[in-house]
Amino acid sequence: MNLIVKPPETFRGDFSMRNSDSAILRLPFPFHDDTYMYAVNMEPHVRGGPTAAYDAVFDLDEHYLGDMQDRALVLAEDPARCQVLPHMMDAEWDTLELLMQSLAHDYPEHFSLTRNGEEWHWVNRPMNIDDTFVFGRAETLPYPPFEYITRQVQGDFTIQDQRDNNLFMDGGMVTSQADWSLNFDLGMAFHEWHGPVPVAHEIGVFDRALKYLLRLQYGKPVRRLNWTLTVNPRLDTSPENYPLWGPDKASVTPQNVGEKICLRVELQTLTRLPRSNAILFGIRGYLIRLEELARVGKWAKRLHRVLRDMHPDIAEYKGMIRYRQTIVDYLAPFDDGAVLNPGTAPEQSSL
Amino acid sequence: MIVRIANVLAISETIKRIVLEAADGSVLPAAAPGAHIMLNIPGPGRVWKNAYSLVSSGSAYEIIVRRVVHSRGGSAWLHDHAEIGEKIEISLPANLFPIARTAQKHLLLSAGIGITPFLAYVPVLRAQEKKFEWHHCCKLVDAPAFAAVFPPGREARLHTGRNSLNLETLLERQKLNTHLYVCGPAEFMDAAVAMSKKLGWPGAKIHTESFGGATGGAPFSVKLAKSNVTVDVGPEESLLEALENAGLNPPSLCRGGACGECELPVLAGTLDHHDHFLSEAQRQSGTSMMTCVSRAKTPELVLDF
Repeated sequence: MNLIVKPPETFRGDFSMRNSDSAILRLPFPFHDDTYMYAVNMEPHVRGGPTAAYDAVFDLDEHYLGDMQDRALVLAEDPARCQVLPHMMDAEWDTLELLMQSLAHDYPEHFSLTRNGEEWHWVNRPMNIDDTFVFGRAETLPYPPFEYITRQVQGDFTIQDQRDNNLFMDGGMVTSQADWSLNFDLGMAFHEWHGPVPVAHEIGVFDRALKYLLRLQYGKPVRRLNWTLTVNPRLDTSPENYPLWGPDKASVTPQNVGEKICLRVELQTLTRLPRSNAILFGIRGYLIRLEELARVGKWAKRLHRVLRDMHPDIAEYKGMIRYRQTIVDYLAPFDDGAVLNPGTAPEQSSL
Repeated sequence: MIVRIANVLAISETIKRIVLEAADGSVLPAAAPGAHIMLNIPGPGRVWKNAYSLVSSGSAYEIIVRRVVHSRGGSAWLHDHAEIGEKIEISLPANLFPIARTAQKHLLLSAGIGITPFLAYVPVLRAQEKKFEWHHCCKLVDAPAFAAVFPPGREARLHTGRNSLNLETLLERQKLNTHLYVCGPAEFMDAAVAMSKKLGWPGAKIHTESFGGATGGAPFSVKLAKSNVTVDVGPEESLLEALENAGLNPPSLCRGGACGECELPVLAGTLDHHDHFLSEAQRQSGTSMMTCVSRAKTPELVLDF
């Protein structure tokens, strides 16, 4: 896969992060139709999709080094962003194996994994990592296995233990979250950690999703998309750091809305792990400024319609009440009312 | 996934141990105790899909196959025709019978060929220094064969007499955080589960082996009113797969009965629902179905598609 990694940009302070034309066009845009409602929108995670973001099992992009640098900063300030309960050690190794194998397969020019029995040799060229360790022996790695590998892969990750016909969030690496806390959710069951989501409980989405996930099979991962809006391309919008980013909500004006407001898309993957029987939940986030997204005609029109007609409870939950109208006014001139094809593909190959 | 038969060992006249390794020499995907694989066994005119528990993990997959008296083909083929070097297609491992990691003690009950998943459990329980107790029941005539594969130890007992295992006493004396695992013939599993329920064991601590809901079942045919074609649904395929194989383009998404995307309206026929999407009232009405997992109880269905 053709991956060109940029020198690290910032996702805080001066927010130097920008998307190149190809990064814009590869966005996994989340809206199939002109309206949005919760659904069990899971599908098999097979290679290939409407944009290049679906080509790898775990997608990396030009922001790789900046993302990993931001993760290291968050962990230095708050080690509780990575926690795994002791009974999940098998799942830690499962995760390490899966991520190393996937990256080495999908990006051979950047990563390599050589297995000689239990002695493994891992090379991560963009991050200048070259380690030899013994699989199954945590003391041979500089960090515990789950933390070691998730410090090297874009996106947040949680691991769910399966027992008592339920899933329990018994571990995770969560440094770029849309306002939820691993430290708070750790150990919770499926319906507990989804407690704050409006509307979806009433329409039975979580009951069906849980039954489906309990039967998730090894070798048949699934994916879904989720989204929210974020002020500035800030990865760490955590409850722990709300004082740092909450006030940004008041900074949005009609003049700066296109630059400040970002659509945050999460390409979420769920994978059954072989040794632990746990489920790895990957939350791969993409940030794109409205002014970048608006360069794709179909997406600008569709986003305008979705936000304009959003269910008020969902708009409230997504935290956009204060600036929703400002965004709708910004996007309105891009929308000529033309009928759009269903589906999320950009339907243009250049900008 | 294609594997190669690396070894065939006769344990008795009716029981064989078969060792499988990746045909291309690669490392097989890891599998945990309790996992099973599905073998595609060639037969005259069709392929048998049989599920077998893995009895070991590591660089090779090992299964133990008992020749079924009235074999429909699968176990007889493995006994009569499986030879070293032969290539065979298998599914990836699936695990619907895993060890409960939070249990403080594990009580394993097996009978007959139901011994197989526990042969994978015991080395792991020992390596992790978990407390366990295993009781295996079999006919006297089979005892030497099972004793040969049974890892001996004071935690593991073999029972050959009809009444030598007193289930009630055994289950009654277990402490609160013991998990029970049962594998064997249906009547054995039913008896063990019924006794544990009678003694007040919570359902979450009782585990029975299951190979999961297969997508297949009795064959039927489906008439599509709008497309004006009739499609036969075979015993090894889902209705959705049969529609796709017939060149149609039915809706689908999760392929597991949860999302509701593949729902199609039903005009005639009796339904066998297996989804998690429809409400009980919707199921009773018989007016729609999820084609990915549900089937017909009647030889013919008519769909408005």
